[in-house]
Amino acid sequence: MMTERATTFTKSVLSQPWGLWALQARRVVRIELRRNLFSWKAAWIYFLAFTPTAIIFIHLLFDRHRAISLTEDTNVLAGIVQFYYVRLGVFFGCLGIFARLIRGEMIERSLHFYLLAPLRREVLLLGKFVAGSISALLLFCSAIGADFALMYAGFGPAGRDYVFDGPGLGQLQAYLVIVALACLGYGAVFLLLSMIFRNPTPAAMLVLGWEAINPVLPSLLQKISVASYLRHLMPITVPGEGIFALLTVETEPVAGWVAVLGLVTLIVVVLAYSCFRIRRLEIRYTTE
Amino acid sequence: MNPMNDRILFENVSKFYGEVLGVNRVSLSIAPGVSTIVGPNGSGKTTLMNLMTGLVQPSSGRVSVLGLTPADADRFFRQVGYCTQFDSFPRRLTGMDFLMDALLLHGMSESEAFRLAREAMERVRLSDDAAGRRIEGYSKGMRQKIRLAQAIAHHPHVLVLDEPLNGLDPMARAESLALFQELSRQGMHLIISSHILDEVDRISDRVILITGGYIVAEGDIHQVRREVRDKPLQVLIRCDQPERLASRMFTDNHCVEARLHPDGRGVFLRTGDIDEFYRLLNAIAVEGLVQIEAVAPADDDTRAIYQYLIGSDGSPS
Repeated sequence: MMTERATTFTKSVLSQPWGLWALQARRVVRIELRRNLFSWKAAWIYFLAFTPTAIIFIHLLFDRHRAISLTEDTNVLAGIVQFYYVRLGVFFGCLGIFARLIRGEMIERSLHFYLLAPLRREVLLLGKFVAGSISALLLFCSAIGADFALMYAGFGPAGRDYVFDGPGLGQLQAYLVIVALACLGYGAVFLLLSMIFRNPTPAAMLVLGWEAINPVLPSLLQKISVASYLRHLMPITVPGEGIFALLTVETEPVAGWVAVLGLVTLIVVVLAYSCFRIRRLEIRYTTE
Repeated sequence: MNPMNDRILFENVSKFYGEVLGVNRVSLSIAPGVSTIVGPNGSGKTTLMNLMTGLVQPSSGRVSVLGLTPADADRFFRQVGYCTQFDSFPRRLTGMDFLMDALLLHGMSESEAFRLAREAMERVRLSDDAAGRRIEGYSKGMRQKIRLAQAIAHHPHVLVLDEPLNGLDPMARAESLALFQELSRQGMHLIISSHILDEVDRISDRVILITGGYIVAEGDIHQVRREVRDKPLQVLIRCDQPERLASRMFTDNHCVEARLHPDGRGVFLRTGDIDEFYRLLNAIAVEGLVQIEAVAPADDDTRAIYQYLIGSDGSPS
């Protein structure tokens, strides 16, 4: 009986028009990238992503780079990723990118054009998520790459040795993975929040608070957080001092693959719930 | 094939926006042809159309179009086109970009999408110059046309049009009405809501009157008019001696009102019993009392029915 049901289910899944959905999703991604990535409204997100790059560039131009300060600069870069990008830059950048994918179109009263197309709403949502992710990844991964290159460019041969023969490239890889996961994690959360709330910003502030206090919460609740997974992937842990101490609470160490798997699971669950929500989404522009 | 699969069905549908009533217990079975939804502002016309196309979902009941529901978007929106009243577009798009984006989401090739986009532009009479310009620079009438083009570009079987004549000049209105007639002749379902009753009336096969979220009448315009038994019907009779005819009609007590036509070659007679009225008129014609040239109902159009059933203030009379 169970085998029969499983066969029927498998047949039903295989008979779906996956090729058409993939094509439609690609076209949604193309439309969204064209509309959102190269617009003046996105200027402040570029600013968020590249402000540290500009500061590091100034540091490269005006500060002396002695070999003994390489460790210090490595810690500064780790701090920028840990405290700025993950907690602020990617957080608010993703709020800007993902919250406007659905809510922004509700405010501009243009979402109905998508909802009147022969396009499953789940495909629309996932296409928009992919487009938002590509935008966020392009911006923040480029920024991290530029930060990394500029940080070590001034050290000459010592910097080259650190990057190519030392732990440098491994750290860069870890930062890119962390920022990529942060973009996907916060992106999924903000996409959902934008469908639940007319103004997702107050809810995002609650998420920010939740992320800050998360390390002191019971271990089960810690799993409902993006930053808690990313913390375990940092190649260098920067001890927090002063106000940063509020953002760094030591927690039990977790293996890297567990952290990645945990975050990917969180993203899948949030996206699945978003798909459920978008099926019930109604166009009521007058209440926006 | 299920014979009901060529219809638009509302089965006891209600829609509430919180505590505000959108429509209540609507049951309709709309056959192919041109159907006009008529009602005052806030009566539920747009809600009916949004329910039909899944932009809002019923609080209770079920809506289907040609046997499909909006949940089955892949198939549903290949059959349905909806020209909404929302006068807004995605930013920075030209008319052609707008149509191409919409058509490419159907999964068709770029060349096919381009062909259909050009065809739709021609059908609504938007020029090549307009196609290459940004929609932000369009006049209201052009925006209305590009929305209409987007709704018809994929050759749907059902076309839902919310106030499609708004913002159009008289020439563009006439062109749009001619297009609706042509689409109707091709066997398409057209559901139109409009305040320009006189013009829509000419192409409508049936009318749906709605007020306060309730359907107050539905069906063929003449049939609906006849069913409004408590309101006397007005008939225009063209004849050589209108005063004499009116006098005879009053004598036989079938008329409640008579008014001479301004040209003096006819009379408007109002009667409470149309069947008896026509029987008597036939008798008069046979007697040769007056020479009757033409007989035509003078108030069984949508406007008259609207006035009778809804009233000018929008409340059911």
